Amino acid sequence: MSLRQAPRKWLPGVTAWLARPGLSDILYSTVAVLLALLIGAVLIAASGRSVVAAYASLFGGAFGSIYNIANTLMMTTPLIFTGLAVALAFQCGLFNVGAEGQLYVGGLASAVAALTLGSSLPGALSILLALLAGALAGAALAAGPGYMKAKMGAHEVITTIMLNYIGIFLTTFLVKAYFKEPGPVDQTPFLPPSARLPELIPGTRVSWGIVLGIAAIFAADYILKRTSAGYEIQAVGRNPAAAEYAGVNVPGRVVLAMVMSGVVAGLAGSSVVMGTLYRFITNFSPGYGFTGIAVAVLARNRPWGVLPAALLFGILQSGGLSMQLFARIPMDLMTLVQGIVILFVAAPALAGMLLRRRTTARG
Amino acid sequence: MYAVRMEKITKRFGQVVANDAVDFEVAPAEIHCLLGENGAGKSTLMRILFGLYQKDSGEIYINDESVAFSGPRDAIAHGIGMVHQHFMLAGRLTVTENIVAGDEPRKGLLLDYKKAREKVRDVSKRYGLKVDPDARVENISVGQQQRVEILKALMRNARVLILDEPTAVLTPQEVQDLFEVMRKLKEGGATIIFITHKLKETMAISDRVTVLRDGRKVTTVNTAEVSAADLAELMVGRQIVSQAGKGHGSKGKVVLELQNVSVRGPGGRARLEDVALQVRSGEILGIAGVEGNGQLELEEVILGLRPVSQGRILLNGEDITRLRPKAVRDKGIACIPSDRLKRGVIDSFTVAQNLVLGTQSSPPFSIRGILQARRINEHAERIVAKFDVRTASHEQPVSSLSGGNQQKLVVGRELTRRHDLIVASQPTRGLDVGATDYIHRQLLAMRDEGKAILLISAELDEIRSLSDRIAVMYEGRIVATGPADEFTEKDLGLLMAGHRIGVQDYESSPGSA
Repeated sequence: MSLRQAPRKWLPGVTAWLARPGLSDILYSTVAVLLALLIGAVLIAASGRSVVAAYASLFGGAFGSIYNIANTLMMTTPLIFTGLAVALAFQCGLFNVGAEGQLYVGGLASAVAALTLGSSLPGALSILLALLAGALAGAALAAGPGYMKAKMGAHEVITTIMLNYIGIFLTTFLVKAYFKEPGPVDQTPFLPPSARLPELIPGTRVSWGIVLGIAAIFAADYILKRTSAGYEIQAVGRNPAAAEYAGVNVPGRVVLAMVMSGVVAGLAGSSVVMGTLYRFITNFSPGYGFTGIAVAVLARNRPWGVLPAALLFGILQSGGLSMQLFARIPMDLMTLVQGIVILFVAAPALAGMLLRRRTTARG
Repeated sequence: MYAVRMEKITKRFGQVVANDAVDFEVAPAEIHCLLGENGAGKSTLMRILFGLYQKDSGEIYINDESVAFSGPRDAIAHGIGMVHQHFMLAGRLTVTENIVAGDEPRKGLLLDYKKAREKVRDVSKRYGLKVDPDARVENISVGQQQRVEILKALMRNARVLILDEPTAVLTPQEVQDLFEVMRKLKEGGATIIFITHKLKETMAISDRVTVLRDGRKVTTVNTAEVSAADLAELMVGRQIVSQAGKGHGSKGKVVLELQNVSVRGPGGRARLEDVALQVRSGEILGIAGVEGNGQLELEEVILGLRPVSQGRILLNGEDITRLRPKAVRDKGIACIPSDRLKRGVIDSFTVAQNLVLGTQSSPPFSIRGILQARRINEHAERIVAKFDVRTASHEQPVSSLSGGNQQKLVVGRELTRRHDLIVASQPTRGLDVGATDYIHRQLLAMRDEGKAILLISAELDEIRSLSDRIAVMYEGRIVATGPADEFTEKDLGLLMAGHRIGVQDYESSPGSA
């Protein structure tokens, strides 16, 4: 029985509010985040440091200045894409664990496109083509598992995990073999300025990539809610037998969902390469694709949920760095907090148990 | 003293009042039927008694002792056992392992299987419930599985046994066996609460009956003092009109034709063998047969969900044998699937979303791939009103609807599609008298409008009362076909059981009919 139905001795109004679809999910994720921060506070206190100072430097580091805010948004950007990629696939009942690999091929494809085009084209056009290359590369890598799932029943978790290695090592190989800039680091030369995503706030590191990410959320939400294809993707995700019976082309929708997921994951790579690094560096991702899974879980696979969820992880990242710097609290603590958030969201029964115990103790 | 007394029990789910101040009393060692239509609140009331749901208000007494259950564990501790409609058994484990699970005799960390088996033997002997303790649950019949569930409850010293629609899944013979078991349990002093909507069974087995309607208690009566017709009236609150007569309207052209269709399953075993049949506009062809004799394959093969090994399928003279499901449906087939929950609806989708399942990419609901929200909502409002689907709103998820209302939704959706043929498979399974009657009327009305209807049903009464012609299936073959009134019930029974009898193929060559 889901928690939504579990009767509790709250005011009827509160129960009705909770029963509204979506709202309880928001409440749930919020509570999970707060609980995780609370546990983080306990751990900080237990290690003999000041909780106030720690969290002050965390939020100060995330929001303290325009530069800090921009930094937070920069760290949020790829997570919007990867979180959305995982959430999209999940709407079709697919668990895309391959966002990391798709991100790498997308990033390299964008870099190669931008380098090939050089400064020959007007800026907007070369940006567009480079993004398109990233999207297509990500889609191509994701289409394989989608097709294997649809036609042969190969489990997408296995195939996407394996393709991560192929995608990541393929980019390393290609860079070393063809696109390497002379020097000790395996990386491409810098992209021509015309193919870079412009700074959103001049003088800072946040690019228009984040706007692109929000546009992707908007598009994904629109497709899911307002189009026949989106309806069918969700129908397949929720009840493939009924979808098939109603005439939905189930294999086709599985492939489409994976392709859409791959497009978005590929753009995650493009956004970093074109908006932050301005070049492709091998092994540049600190696991954006995997953090994307956590973002999607926290967002409960809703496209618009991805935005606050990615932002939270961005805050923990950028704020965590300053906490480490100024309050001398290891960055690992923020990773721990992230883990706890996921634990609570992914294990609703656990959080539910805590909540119920508290309410029964009170009532 | 009452074995169970429930006083003024009220339970709400959101805006729906499932139980409205219901009083319910059961005497010790009686078989008490809890009768009502789907959605009347029977299961809810019993789930409260078993601790699965928490009541919003009211009191529960067990043997005059006031109790409050926060979960099934408490209910079991008070001697209450419940056998659910859908069994909660582990198929790969043996009967013994299933029965003792949760309360296993142990030898160190391991299950003491010998001791467990003895315990199972004991209980099984004491109550005369024969089971093979070493058989794997997945290998025994549904009736046997039900016994395992009952034994599970008895093993935990249940004195009050709640059976939730126990006959829904049983063959007639198994129903008789179950009744035998119930009588024995009663002789042994157990109290049985039997949730059902079947009048015949209520009359056959119960001492007393409590009737629920729309979440309220109507009355409690002694079974000996009422007739089945009385109960039906109490249950639906209106006089049941017996089957609307068959129109014997003019039959038109052939709409569906199967030409010697064969289907092979895994391992080359024939699932359908040389099936030839025709359905004309303005007639209902009933497919009679014990379930599992090819009915599901027949349904799937017509809808393009299962490849044909041999033969052809024609709709309005056009070959649809190799078309994709979507193309088949768009040619004009409405379909009520045999497994409503699995294939008829998507239960986390809203009512409105479900009402366009199958037409989600066709005009007027979708134009150039964009869903037309306004049209979809209007469509939902229209069907909900026309087909009397009881729901708080069409924005509710379908999972919040009762079984009968889900089926009305499916029927409403399918009958409002453009169609020449209706494939109705077990259209009234699990439905109460009111909903069944309603769906029968809809089918007859469609027949009178000139639709061709293929009715696949395990209910002989349904086949006999609706069909113009009947075809009997046995082991994937059509073993007899003919006008409905030329089969006696006995003939059908024998044919369904695989006996060859004097009934010939009344239309031996499909082309000549």
